[in-house]
Amino acid sequence: MTNFVDLWVYLSGSPLLWLTTTLIAYLAADAISAACGRHPLANPVLIAVTFVSIIVVATGTPFSGYFAGAQFVHFLLGPATVALAVPLVRYLPQVRRALVPMLVALIAGSVTAIVCAVWLAEAFGLDRAAILALAPKSATAAIAMGIAEKMGGDPALTAVLTILTGITGAIIVTPLMNALRLRNYAARGFAAGLTSHGIGTARAFQVDPLAGTFAGIALGLNGLLTALLVPLLLPWLLN
Amino acid sequence: MLAAIAALLVCQLTGEAVVRAVGLPFPGPVVGMILLFVLMLARAPLPGALGNTADGLLQHLSLLFVPAGVGVVQHLELLSGAGLRLLAVVVLTTLITLTVTALVFAALARLLHVDDLAPGKPETEERS
Repeated sequence: MTNFVDLWVYLSGSPLLWLTTTLIAYLAADAISAACGRHPLANPVLIAVTFVSIIVVATGTPFSGYFAGAQFVHFLLGPATVALAVPLVRYLPQVRRALVPMLVALIAGSVTAIVCAVWLAEAFGLDRAAILALAPKSATAAIAMGIAEKMGGDPALTAVLTILTGITGAIIVTPLMNALRLRNYAARGFAAGLTSHGIGTARAFQVDPLAGTFAGIALGLNGLLTALLVPLLLPWLLN
Repeated sequence: MLAAIAALLVCQLTGEAVVRAVGLPFPGPVVGMILLFVLMLARAPLPGALGNTADGLLQHLSLLFVPAGVGVVQHLELLSGAGLRLLAVVVLTTLITLTVTALVFAALARLLHVDDLAPGKPETEERS
């Protein structure tokens, strides 16, 4: 028993344990998602996060301990964002042709995300801190946190709401678009990326490469537009 | 593959440097993506494996959000009190934003006769 404790103390102190746990949990989640025919409810992010969280909580590991190992995976978000340029160039003719619908949908979607969040939050009687955290939540987490912080909101709460928006959108986008009988995969992907940033983009790439490409564009453009619009719209919406 | 990873990192690093130097309000990797896009359009000599490496990263984009997702679970106490109402706003806003964005895009695409973008088939050959 003491041997086991010694081994645990050693392993839990090194990045290897949590990096491996994260990878294995994702592989298991991805296999489950594939076995379910990529059913939207079998979202690999949600399943893997559930697995890892159960292990982290059950072993009483602090988040900093977990992140010391998981940071290597987290770090790859940067290069992956840069890599979005590759499908963008590959599908450039399609993107060029869809430029007008794309830009109008960008403005419509970005304004809708911000205005709806603020109005609904007010209708539900939420306080100012919650409204500031909700307003930028369709932007990618790094941008959303930056906006909330600049406006005097709580970046940690913003991060939580942003990730939840990502997972929610990734799960409901396919059934919603099917219910709307929308067959335009550029439009479907663009909506997923605009609303649910990287997690929506991951879902779009899972469904179709063209949808993924438009999701990646929407993720980038809406990040920029939300950073511009929230400081402009919020004072007007809040009085 | 190593050269392709180096190319991605150089773009990201340049992006971070530009963001810091100019004080732009968005993350370095986004600027890095724009830089790589411009380099590819300019047909700059880039590593041949760039296409495959990018595809590999993007295919497993979901994996990269797992650490942040675990962070959220650890901070769920932030939702206490107003939790249900916050979740309701998240779900409703997501539903409305998805619908508005997709419908506006699809309606305009139909109006302008650009709604025949075949899914899954790039019109151009790989440039690298």
